[in-house]
Amino acid sequence: MTDKIIDIKHLSKSFSGKQVLHDINLYIRRGEFVTLLGPSGCGKTTLLRMIAGFLQPDEGSILMDGKELAGIPPHERPLNTVFQRYALFPHLDVYDNVAFGLKLKKTPKEEIDKRVRKVLKLVAMSDYEDRDVETLSGGQQQRIAIARAIVNQPKVLLLDEPLAALDLKMRKDMQTELKEMHKKLGITFVYVTHDQEEALTLSDTIVVINEGKIQQIGTPTDIYNEPVNSFVADFIGESNILNGTMIRDRKVSFIGHDFDCVDEGFGEDVPVDVVVRPEDIYFTKEAAKTQFTATVKSCTFKGVHYEMFVDTDSGNELMIQDYDPYAVGETVNLYIDPDDIQVMKKERTCNTLEGTWNGESVDFDNPEFSLPVDKMNDVPKGTRVRVQIPFGSVDLLDDIDAGLTEGEVHFILYKGDHYHLTIKTDDGGFLWVDTQDIWDKGDLVGIGIKNKGIKIELIEDEKAQ
Amino acid sequence: MKKFFAKAYIWVLLIVMYAPLVFIAIFSFTQSRVLGNWDGFSTKLYENLLTGQMQGNASLIAAVENTLIIALVAAFVSMMLGTVAAIGIHNLKGRKKKAITFLNNVPMINPDIITGVSLFLLFVFLGFAQGYVSVILAHITFCTPYVVLSVMPKLQRMNPNIYEAALDLGATPSQAFWKVLVPELKSGMVSGFILAFTMSLDDFAVTFFTRGTIGLDTLSTYIYTDARKGGLTPELRPLMTLIFLVVLILLIVINLRQARQSKLNVKKY
Repeated sequence: MTDKIIDIKHLSKSFSGKQVLHDINLYIRRGEFVTLLGPSGCGKTTLLRMIAGFLQPDEGSILMDGKELAGIPPHERPLNTVFQRYALFPHLDVYDNVAFGLKLKKTPKEEIDKRVRKVLKLVAMSDYEDRDVETLSGGQQQRIAIARAIVNQPKVLLLDEPLAALDLKMRKDMQTELKEMHKKLGITFVYVTHDQEEALTLSDTIVVINEGKIQQIGTPTDIYNEPVNSFVADFIGESNILNGTMIRDRKVSFIGHDFDCVDEGFGEDVPVDVVVRPEDIYFTKEAAKTQFTATVKSCTFKGVHYEMFVDTDSGNELMIQDYDPYAVGETVNLYIDPDDIQVMKKERTCNTLEGTWNGESVDFDNPEFSLPVDKMNDVPKGTRVRVQIPFGSVDLLDDIDAGLTEGEVHFILYKGDHYHLTIKTDDGGFLWVDTQDIWDKGDLVGIGIKNKGIKIELIEDEKAQ
Repeated sequence: MKKFFAKAYIWVLLIVMYAPLVFIAIFSFTQSRVLGNWDGFSTKLYENLLTGQMQGNASLIAAVENTLIIALVAAFVSMMLGTVAAIGIHNLKGRKKKAITFLNNVPMINPDIITGVSLFLLFVFLGFAQGYVSVILAHITFCTPYVVLSVMPKLQRMNPNIYEAALDLGATPSQAFWKVLVPELKSGMVSGFILAFTMSLDDFAVTFFTRGTIGLDTLSTYIYTDARKGGLTPELRPLMTLIFLVVLILLIVINLRQARQSKLNVKKY
């Protein structure tokens, strides 16, 4: 017996040519509450369905207690699923729904009776045995769905966005109950959700997934306090994500000021992403503590705290949460504790594309388009080149036919004084853009390239035929 | 005045539609051999029909039996085939699904006579002996699309996860089919069965071309031959009246079921 109940290795899956999961490596400890968290379409449900056995992986393996699960049909796997929208059997009453699995296993009648009553009591639905499931409310149906799964005493319980269909109040109550149930039952829970708050509340471990890749695995506090990249920082909680430069160890510069921090090992004068949570920016009256000043732009009461947007002296916008309100227009003194500054390596500092020089332009492989560039006299046609295009040199155009290629705004990150956009081109490639303009997610844009700061280098060892 | 014409219009329409049926029903209660002569009230024709003592051709009873057996077998087999086909079509995606749904709809609008002749040619081409079996196969062929059509909406309304939920709880695929899918689709299957049954019951063209030369008669082919031999057997009048009543009752049952279903659905949401 290992501590790992489920061990996923190099798992990949594609649907009709589109890769939805890339090389997933993940293990789940016995008795743990693990949440797969990510935006819709990130592949988290696909991963869960592969563990349940409804989908077969293209590559890689899923081990349970050291045994390979591939090839074992879902009805023989020692795990049960709580489905999105419950999936109760409408032609059976509550009791028969819960007893469904036990009856199939030919469990003696008295034992079925005992176990069904016990789980119904656990989910606080004892008085509903004879009720038609369709007459129950969403929350009640959810309880029955959970009861129907756990009555079989699975080693692992898979939950696919079980609370998504409930209203907010009900969802909060059920969260607490799920957590208690997990403690009481001691079985491993694998929970899928797109709700970051739910994930933070419930989980022992959170697995953040985006674009079919695991972004970060960690405890809720790790993920919240130390996001590894700007996606995680933006997805989990509110955050100010800013461009910065690591001056040296424990010294970082952003929004035009130098700050002490606790991060080391990035090197000197390296561009980095900096995350500061809005509750970690403090107001002060003391001149000695003040690190920078700002003007309050807006102040909104949010129940427990006030949410304020301020313009810093260097022209960056920051979100701040504080228990005390400050008047709009007021100039305030601010500071940030070194502990609260999270420095992240930049995933990329510019767009790097590879392509072939055809005498007049470069034909890129992915995304597929041609970029006309100045004559390179001594370079023969067909030479492979690598082109670096700064984020700021990519132009987004309203007219989708006006550019070199076209795409869709896929992901938006506000960086204090500009937006950092991920553009997904129509052939499935990605480009990253810095812009002042406001775009919405899903906007279709034409993509132009400004001939500014573009660097072209030859790929020496790889010549096209 | 306008209202009067609107009302008169609907009544004229109804009279034109139902007069022949009423006519047959009235004249089923007289003994006259020739339709249209009233020889005084009598239930003799009904007695003859039920006891099998015909004035005319005794093979009428055999034809009724054939019709019922063929319709029952064809409807049952169509129900099973159609249900499985509907599940298959439902699980297809995009263009494939559209294409297959279209192909399923074509036989329903295709004229019976073409279906009949094509099947006839097919049986001849395959050297398949024509008789009872070929007629049943032919009926299954044109009945199945109707079952698909009546099961499809049930599948669309079904929670897509319940089949998987059954598997997840330890049911084998066939257990999941019988214990979860069939109960869920039952009402659609029954509607499909009834539809297929009535389609088979009144089919003439397809039966005529696929029954071969062994002298197999269903009600429709019997009446056709009978009429050509000179005059209809008088017992056909009570028989038709009865069939009309049975179909009417079936129709009412289907409608009531549907009304109750939609009421249930309304309550649900």
